[in-house]
Amino acid sequence: MTTILVLVLGLVLTACTAPQSALDPAGPYAQEPHDLIRPVFAIALFVFVLVQGLLIYSVVKFRKRPDDDGSLPVQVHGNTRLEIFWTVVPALILAGIAVPTVQMIFSTMDEPEGDYLTVEVIGHRWWWEFYYPDYDIYTANEIVIPVDTPVRLEMTATDPARSPDLGVIHSFWIPQWAGKQDVVPGQTTFLNIQASDTGRYLGQCAEYCGLSHVNMRIRGESLEQADFEAWVENQQSPAVQPTDGLAAEGAELFGAAFDTDIGQRSCAACHQIWNGEGQRSPGVGPDLTHFASREEFAGAIFETNEENLREWLRNPPAMKPMQPENQVGMPNLNLTEEEIDALVAYMLALE
Amino acid sequence: MAAGVHETTLGLDHRKLAMWVFLGSEFLFFGAFVSAYVLYLDATAGGPGIEIFDIPFTSISSFVLLMSSLTMVLAHNAHVRRDMRRMRMWILATAGQGAVFLGGQVFEFTVFYREGLNLTQSPFASGFFVLTGFHGLHVFVGILLLLSLYSLSLTGKVKPNQDLKTEMIGLYWHFVDIIWVVIFTVVYLIPELAMVD
Amino acid sequence: MSHSTTTTGRRSVFSRPTAETGFSSWITTTDHKKIGIMYFFTVLVFFFLGGVESGVIRAQLAQAEQSLVTPEIYNQAFTMHGITMVFLVVMPLSAAFFNYLIPLQIGARDVAFPRLNAFSYWMYLFGGIFLYSSFLLGGAPNGSWVGYAPLSIDSVSNMAFYAVGIQLLGVSSLAAAVNFIVTILNMRAPGMTFMRMPMFIWMSLVTNFLLLFALPIIAVALFMLQFDTVFGAQFFNPATGGDPILWQHLFWLFGHPEVYIMILPAMGIVSEILPVFSRKPLFGYAAVAFAGAAIGFIGFGVWAHHMFTSSIGPVARSAFALSTMFIAVPTGIKIFNWVFTMWGGKLRFTTPMLFSIGFVSMFTIGGLSGVTHSIVPHNAQQHDTYYVVAHFHYVLFGGALFGLIAGIYYWFPKVTGRLMSERLGKAHFWTWLLGFNLTFGPMHMSGLLGQPRRTAVLPGELGGTVELYNLLSSLGLLVLVVSALIFLYNLVVSIKSGVASGPDPWDARTLEWLSASPPKHYNFDVIPTISHRDEFWHRKYAEDEAGRPVAVPAGASEEHGDGHDDRGEHIHMPDPSYWPLVMCLGFFPLAYGLIGPIWPAIIVGVVWIIIGYFGWIIEPVAEGDDDDPVVEDPDAHRSGVAAH
Repeated sequence: MTTILVLVLGLVLTACTAPQSALDPAGPYAQEPHDLIRPVFAIALFVFVLVQGLLIYSVVKFRKRPDDDGSLPVQVHGNTRLEIFWTVVPALILAGIAVPTVQMIFSTMDEPEGDYLTVEVIGHRWWWEFYYPDYDIYTANEIVIPVDTPVRLEMTATDPARSPDLGVIHSFWIPQWAGKQDVVPGQTTFLNIQASDTGRYLGQCAEYCGLSHVNMRIRGESLEQADFEAWVENQQSPAVQPTDGLAAEGAELFGAAFDTDIGQRSCAACHQIWNGEGQRSPGVGPDLTHFASREEFAGAIFETNEENLREWLRNPPAMKPMQPENQVGMPNLNLTEEEIDALVAYMLALE
Repeated sequence: MAAGVHETTLGLDHRKLAMWVFLGSEFLFFGAFVSAYVLYLDATAGGPGIEIFDIPFTSISSFVLLMSSLTMVLAHNAHVRRDMRRMRMWILATAGQGAVFLGGQVFEFTVFYREGLNLTQSPFASGFFVLTGFHGLHVFVGILLLLSLYSLSLTGKVKPNQDLKTEMIGLYWHFVDIIWVVIFTVVYLIPELAMVD
Repeated sequence: MSHSTTTTGRRSVFSRPTAETGFSSWITTTDHKKIGIMYFFTVLVFFFLGGVESGVIRAQLAQAEQSLVTPEIYNQAFTMHGITMVFLVVMPLSAAFFNYLIPLQIGARDVAFPRLNAFSYWMYLFGGIFLYSSFLLGGAPNGSWVGYAPLSIDSVSNMAFYAVGIQLLGVSSLAAAVNFIVTILNMRAPGMTFMRMPMFIWMSLVTNFLLLFALPIIAVALFMLQFDTVFGAQFFNPATGGDPILWQHLFWLFGHPEVYIMILPAMGIVSEILPVFSRKPLFGYAAVAFAGAAIGFIGFGVWAHHMFTSSIGPVARSAFALSTMFIAVPTGIKIFNWVFTMWGGKLRFTTPMLFSIGFVSMFTIGGLSGVTHSIVPHNAQQHDTYYVVAHFHYVLFGGALFGLIAGIYYWFPKVTGRLMSERLGKAHFWTWLLGFNLTFGPMHMSGLLGQPRRTAVLPGELGGTVELYNLLSSLGLLVLVVSALIFLYNLVVSIKSGVASGPDPWDARTLEWLSASPPKHYNFDVIPTISHRDEFWHRKYAEDEAGRPVAVPAGASEEHGDGHDDRGEHIHMPDPSYWPLVMCLGFFPLAYGLIGPIWPAIIVGVVWIIIGYFGWIIEPVAEGDDDDPVVEDPDAHRSGVAAH
């Protein structure tokens, strides 16, 4: 019991120190549920103290004393009025909680009022894809939104028409922006998010999705409107085309076929780097057109830098558990060090 | 059984009570399968759907199964009258009609399979085959029970005064029939009617 | 069976086994008490295995970014931990109590179907062995205990073992449920009306009805999963239009009643223990009984609260929020009645009493966090985080397990005729309470601070606070290990050399204490006639008009019989049989065949089971006996014996 009290105190003191905390809302869709749960926590705490208090009081007051005469206490069988009391009072309290709960279920799920931005979300094993239909841009793992603008996510999981991977259920969750919503293959689910401040927010897939579930992170970035527009503009531009040096070699290699553990594969077979021609349409893996503009890669678990990229290309499944033999995730391409150097240079040029 | 009816709390034989309780559970078993089937009526993945059903054919085999309930009653009746010869006759008739129904189901499955409907084809196909298949399995178990009743009454292990045993198997058999009425209606008839509209 | 038992003719394959002691007496037993004991010791083994898996989990999460085990092993560990604790520990431990206590508490000599009872046990044991054999055969299930499709139909999920294994355990539980329902409805001693039944019997009845109606639903879901994984059916494959949410509906339509299946027996046990050690009757007996029944009913209408973040609409979310809040009311009724059972009593703090009070206290915490889950908009933050892990461990560990352990201490003298050490028992209780809160208390916080469930690594980016809470949780598990060792030591020492308890060490209230400790094979020399709730207490004490108890001298003593009942007839008990075991063995080839599919194994299994079934029905009720002898005089038929 004391442990719990200490922890309850700890709650108050340390609540806001964790970067993925649900107790530290940074947008209205997280703030409203937070404001709703706080009085409920208070009521729960009151009931907790009441019941534990009654228990402790009974244990102390009605313990058998050493000088007990051996007689039995009065045999009380019950009390109808008390029964009615503790049936009706909790029912009334719960009814009181129920009304705002139901209201908020509808208000948080409805389409946001006024203008909002739509982002299509696809959960893959084990990374996130974001498509902005208004701007025709793709990103992976990093969702960038303008501050103080409602964003409605239209979410689904891997489509069998696009990927040999059997789609599984994921759950989109950036706690400081909103609660989670499952992402279901074959269906579309919706989630409203909104940021009230600029910044970078942590999130991750919250529905167990197999081997690398823990490595399916999300990064939410909220920018001022002008910065957001600049970001969009950059993402809409075609990828840089290096003309000489290592990066150009890498660009060549990007289309070349390699003997992987699961047969002949090329980078381009799974990843798109859009050069300005034709439609943008990503393959099985993340769109890499502006790869280097993202701070992290591979399910947002590794910082985008030369060292990490090099290690990744040496053997991806060793760095992040994947099942390429089951058509899930990137196989080992068995690259030489020279090939890796060239590819890394090319990747890092893709600002 | 040693505990005669007058000794139990509810005045029912344990085995009879147990059969009722078990059948309560079975109702939910089929209820869940039927729900899944209804959910997947349109999930045909481009393959055959309900139009594949041959209602007249299935009606006939359903009729045979329903009639087997009548012979089951007659078997129990004969047993109560301790007419073991007639009881055995009606038991065989019941089992025979069950077998005819099963034969019809096997034939139906074969035809559907040839027409392109198989277990792995679509959720609709899976729902249909697994639901009706499990019902068929219940009929098969019922036939086994009937045949064991028949053979044990021949060897004298089932005695003229043990009509409870026939009654129990009868309860199960009637349940399987009733469930078929539900399945036939929900799986075959209602979608067919809805399609005509 | 009034005629004498005569051994005629030579023994055949259908002869009943006769061993009363030794190994073969255990594998052929149909005695509900022996079967209960077998359940108990089997549970201990699986509890150890489930504990090892929790050790893997807590070791891995003790520090951030650790990789003591691979993600694959971790995923298998938490999946098997869940399956083990739910299906192989808490449920069968309740079944151990059902087996041992139901006939004794209702004044019967055995359950309605003793051989079916043995069958249930063997199915449980074999289902457990089957599930664990997966570790040796290419990997254990790794799709979590809820087995969400379509992940579970993925070729690398090992979930075929799950689909078949849980099905075997379901057969066991379903057979047991039918058996216990019939036993309780039909075998109560004369005069034991529903409102005179011990509260444990009430809760057992509700639990077994829940099993009866919930198991067929999971059976359907598992068959679908199995047909998908093994035979290529399309129930849950979104590529052809299968609906993954169907699995969730079916699973939780079973899964939520399952929660009450796990907690109600413990509630029954606590409702027996609190009155005895408060020396007062249960406060509000009718309210507690009806609250239990209400929980059972409403328990079928709250399943989608496990799916608040799934693809269900606002109307469904609202409806299930309301039903979930509603179910808190009967739960609250129970808690207040337990507290007021203690109120005004003279409390004796024996180990079973301590665990019972611990149950009420810890379960209240789990109940309150449960209410916070029903605040749907915020549930979206709590769902699938350690906050939920904390919640259900407070319900199932702080609740169910505390209650069941209270029951072990309370009825140990009934089973063995010896008392467990109180000194060790108290050491067990306090370390258990401390270790439990240290393990699961911090999880409330780490969950709200953003730690999701089922992650093979504790991400370092969650911050130092989350790491600290995880370290505390892992340390808590160490305390629990020490505590469990104390319990085990106490158990072994007390079985060997515990103090003799006498028939009624606690001054108890219910019928089982009327029999000897340990009870005779046939439980009661004379089937008691019931005229009161708490019949045994009323044989010892009377109440005056003010409710003051007065002792009745020597009212409780049971005359010592000689194996004959009041009519001087021999008490005939059901004979042992090896057919339940033989029949269950056939499920091994069938089960392994079904995950292949390996058709020869399936056929061998089915034929084996059918042979077992025929052996079962052909074997005589007793040596030289057969059931339903032709009797001319129906009165000569009477005896108090259980049916076979």
